Parts: sequence; structure tokens; C-alpha cells
Amino acid sequence: MRELVYYEAKLEGLREILAADERVHLFAESFLGLSEHRGLFREIVKDYPDRVIAPPISEIGFCGLAIGAAMAGLRPIVDLSTASFTFEAWPQIVNEAANALYMSGGQTRAPVVFHMLHGLRGGGAAQHSHSPQAMLWNCPGLEIVLPSSPRDVRGLLKTAVNSNNPTIFIDHTLLFELRGPVPEADEAIPFGQADVKRAGGDVTVIATSYMVQRCLTVADRLANEGIQVEVVDPRTLVPLDFQTLMASVEKTRRVVIVDECHQSCGVAAELAARIGEAGFDKLQAPIRRVTTLDVPVPYSAPLEEFISPSESRVADAVRAVLS
Amino acid sequence: MLPKLPRESLIELCRKMFLIRYFEEALIGLHNEERFKGHYHVYIGQEATGVPAISCLGVGDYLFTTHRNHGHLLARGADPRRLLAEILGRRDGYNKGKGGSFHTNVTSLGFPQTSGVVGGIIPLATGAAYAVRAQKTDRISVCLFGDGALEEGAAAESFNMASLWKLPVLYLCENNGKYGQGKAAGTARSSTMAVYPLTDLPAGYKIPAQQVDGTNAGAVHGVVSEAVKKIRQGGGPQFIEAQTVRWPGGVTNWPVVPIATDAAIAWDVTSVPEAEREWYRDSDPVLIFIRELVEKKQVSREEISEIQQGILGVVSQAVEFAFDSPYPNSETALEDVFA
Ligand SMILES: Cc1ncc(C[n+]2csc(CCOP(=O)(O)OP(=O)(O)O)c2C)c(N)n1
Ligand SMILES: [Mg+2]
Repeated sequence: MRELVYYEAKLEGLREILAADERVHLFAESFLGLSEHRGLFREIVKDYPDRVIAPPISEIGFCGLAIGAAMAGLRPIVDLSTASFTFEAWPQIVNEAANALYMSGGQTRAPVVFHMLHGLRGGGAAQHSHSPQAMLWNCPGLEIVLPSSPRDVRGLLKTAVNSNNPTIFIDHTLLFELRGPVPEADEAIPFGQADVKRAGGDVTVIATSYMVQRCLTVADRLANEGIQVEVVDPRTLVPLDFQTLMASVEKTRRVVIVDECHQSCGVAAELAARIGEAGFDKLQAPIRRVTTLDVPVPYSAPLEEFISPSESRVADAVRAVLS
Repeated sequence: MLPKLPRESLIELCRKMFLIRYFEEALIGLHNEERFKGHYHVYIGQEATGVPAISCLGVGDYLFTTHRNHGHLLARGADPRRLLAEILGRRDGYNKGKGGSFHTNVTSLGFPQTSGVVGGIIPLATGAAYAVRAQKTDRISVCLFGDGALEEGAAAESFNMASLWKLPVLYLCENNGKYGQGKAAGTARSSTMAVYPLTDLPAGYKIPAQQVDGTNAGAVHGVVSEAVKKIRQGGGPQFIEAQTVRWPGGVTNWPVVPIATDAAIAWDVTSVPEAEREWYRDSDPVLIFIRELVEKKQVSREEISEIQQGILGVVSQAVEFAFDSPYPNSETALEDVFA
């Protein structure tokens, strides 16, 4: 299979989506955040001047506008760039989009994709480093997607746009330079299909987004110590492929969950609760969570490293569930 | 135009403008040498707005600022050593390394919060104005923000309350996108507003609003001191749009210094690369100011050189201090979550 760099795969997916469906309108400044490749996005703007629009700095306004446009037949993609700016648009996303179908008794659809870049990016400090996936997971009605590889970002973006539901597409800047196989063929990766990114028999590590890549690195290192880690990537939290997660848990009987949300009420907390409820008797050790510590994100590099779900904390957790 | 101030005060303004300029140029150098990482914003090109405007305020007044805060802090008297230490994430930084460039603030100088959320401080500054009035003081609150912040709904909502309740707040909007540079040119962002002039927006909420040339220290000093006086007398909120021309080194996300600022350029721009020459000749507020100081015989060119050298020394001391300051202990990441 050919290889692409993550940002290439992502932009390719976006181009394919824009070419395939005239209902897709994109409200975005760069779609690649502050990445040095953001200039490539300008090419797309040139090709679709009527459908790719840079909105004013009005998150609540343009997210709401996109939701309304979706209700009236378009398939908008909205770029919030840094996930922390989602908070500016919270009322429209969680109280309008998420509720629309349900409170209309199944009548009103709001098929918007909300795209954002989450997590610790290095020096983002408290106001540019959020991982809102767990907060959003607490709002029924939103699909939540967290790609972690070039193939996944392209394939999941397509499914997100085709979905009839409001979809949160949470990407991570630190994935952008990753190289990996991407099929030539048009591929939409269905939601609700977890992916075993690495097979192993000793410990199941469930990880999301950039943490998948971090855990794969740790798994390589631990293999040298004779520990075989299985890395499972849910890829979408809503819908969640719990079956694949549990199949791995039943095999290894030891679980570490790694995610960049803060610890309390985070993604890892929810997954741990579900695994505990369904598979308490299958476990041979308490489930361990490796997350961002429960403090706002500090700016200084060593402080940020200290609170982050770092490689060493992941490795320690794996060793702990084995001991 | 020079501010109507005694010579000593003018020299102080000059020192502050040089301090900001050299601090920021040094910072860009450090970043480009990869001596620190992360996103940051510089105040180059806006010195003649922040410096005279902030000189009009009293010690008890509150100031709220944004991602583009370095100039505001230095204008208010922040120690460049501790400011730089913060931007480098060091222990001696004003925020103990927790805030960084986006969030440097000094409460003892009257800065309660520096927010990287565009528009985030407009309600906060309005709230501080509410408090100082409730406390029956004659303090005022000043909100320093960019033109882009007007695109946020929080601005409109705040203007409404400030106007309804006649709150003692000065909204100083620094429009660094004069001549459609920035977003319109497809480079750095600046505002996209249906409302123009920007003053029409607060005026719609019945807030007295005026524009001023933000590269003209005298004009800025004049309108800000007048506005502050009215607010202090209980006249309610005021809005000022200070227009500056975006510094060409800062139109991309990662600034580059086309030429180290030197007073000599004020009289001869031939050393400036051609692409940036026009800005240094017509729109550089620091050079405009020193040219006027000399033309109006307030200082000699020799004195300007001395000031310049002195400030360069201050900045290199700041760099030394900041790099000597150790990183904070990791465990301090767990402190300061609750009061
Ligand atoms: C709520 C929010 N949306 C988007 C951003 C990203 N952002 C950072 S600076 C900036 C432009 C701000 O323009 P302006 O207010 O004019 O300030 P300037 O940088 O020109 O001084 C934007 C959009 C942000 N920080 N916060
Ligand atoms: Mg601006």
C-alpha cells in the first residue's frame, strides 16, 4: 500500500469530500492549525471559493450557523482550530445540535462535523490545551471521532461527513508528521469499529488519538523487556465498539487506559467503569488510567511533561498491572 | 505629535517604547535560535498606543490584556527580567512558569487576568468596572484588546451592560490591521467586520467612541487622558480604536526581524530591506516618536543613542537573568489549583 504523511492523507480526504458532495461547506481558517503545512489549505480555498469560507472569530455564531445550515440541507464542516475554543460555542453544540433530533421526536437532523485539535501540543498552556472529548461524551446526541493514523484520519473524516448526526472530529497536531499506509481507493471507515493497532497477549492498552502512537512506542520498548502489549484504538467513542475492547481484555485480563483528558470523569474513567461493570471477573489486576493530571495545563515544558500521560507513566502503569 | 508632557515624561515614554521594541526583537531572536518553543505574539508596531495610553492611568486602575500583552506589561512597569523568565517557563517568571507568553500578568501592577481567548477579557474588564463602582472608588478598568475581539459576541454583550449601567470602563481596541493587511492579505489574522469604522459597534450601544492614529503618541495620549478623565468623573464607558499598521515582520505566525531597530533608521531608511522599508519610514511608531523628540528639540540624537544603548543593556541583562533562572520543580505543577 502507498504511504502518506498524516496531513497529506487528511487533506486528500477533505478534497475527496468536497469533490463528491456539493452540500459540503467548510468554515475554516486553516484546518491544519498552526502547522507549517497550513499553506496547502489555501490551495483548497482557491479551488472551492464558494464553499470554503474563513469565518470571523465568532465561534458561537459560526457553529450555530453551520448547525442551522445543516438543518436546512447542507453538510457543513466547521473548524474550531484549537479544541479549547469549543467552549465559546458550547451552547450551540451541546444544547442545540446534540438535542435537535431527540427533542424533535426524530424530525430534525443536524449533520455538522465540528473539527478541532485537542491536547497537549507543547507550550499551549491552560487555555489552548483542552481535550474536551469526555465533556462532549457527557452530551448524548454527539458522535465523537478520534483518529490516530493517516489511514484513519482520511477514512473517518468521510464517514463523519456522511453521518446524519452532529459529529465531533477531534484531531491532534502532534500526529501531523506521522507517515503510514493509506489505500488509493476511496475508503470510508465505519464508526464503531475499534482497531487493534498492535497485537499482544500480556496487557491491553486502550488509547485514543495521539496517545495511540505514544503507546505503540512504549509497546516497542516493553517488548524488549519481554512484555507483549496489545494496543487497541476505539477510533470512535460514540458509537463505541465495546466488543473489540472486551475481547482484548478477556484475552490479556489486564488493562491500562491512556487518554489526554484530565483524570476525573475523563474518557479513561468511563471506559474503566464499563470494563469493570462488564468484566470484573475477567480482570487479574485493577484497571490503571494514565491521563493528564487534574490541574489546568501549565506552560513551562517540565511542568507540562510532569502532568502529561508520558511514555514513562504509561510504561509504569503497564508494569504495575503485571506485578 | 508629541504628548503634552514635560520633557522628563517624554523621555520616560521613549525609554518604554525602546524597551518594548528591543525586548520583542530579542525574544524573536531567541525563538528563531530555538532557545524556547511555543507560540507567542509581539507588540512591535503598537508601542505608541500602549505606552502613552497606559501612562494616563492611576496606580489603582485595573488592566486586562490578551495574547499580545508584553508591551502592555512593560509599559506599566513590569520587570523585563521576570517577564522574559515567564515566557521561557522559568521559576522566576511572574506566573512561576505556569502562564507563559499568552498569560503573563502581574496583579501588583493591576493586571488580574491575561487571556489567550479572543474576546475573553471584555466581560472581565466590564466586571472589574462594576466592582470598583460598587466599592465607591474612583478607579477605572481598562480593557486592552485587538480588533478581532469585536467579532466575538462577548464584546457586544459587554458593551450593552457597560452602557446600561454606566460602568467606569475604557475599551481600548488596538486595530493593527489598518490598510487591510493581515487576514485580507491572506497572512496573519485581523478582523473581518461588517461594521466599519469599528467605532460604530460600541456607538450602537451608546458608548462614546472615537478613532485615533495609534502610531501618534501625542494623539493617543490626548484622547486617552481625556477619556480616562470622563470615566473617572462618572461619565460611563468609553471606546477608543487605535489604528496601527501591522509590522511586516509579524504578518506570518512566526515573526522575523527584518532589521534590528536603530535610531539612525529614523533619519535614513536605506539600510532597511526594500520590502519593509515603507513601514519603517512611515508607520514605525518608535521611529516616528524619536524623530519628533529630536525635531521638537526635546532631546538630541546623541541622547537618543544613549537611551537606546542603555535599553539594549537592560534587555541583555533580562536575557541573562531569564536563562539563569531554573525551571520550576515538577511538583509545583500541582500547586495553585485552589486558593
Ligand atoms: C476564542 C478564540 N478564537 C480563536 C483564537 C485564535 N486566535 C488567536 S489570536 C487571533 C487573532 C486575534 O486578532 P486580534 O484580536 O485583532 O488581535 P491581534 O493578534 O491582531 O493583536 C485568533 C483568531 C483564540 N485565541 N481565541
Ligand atoms: Mg488585530
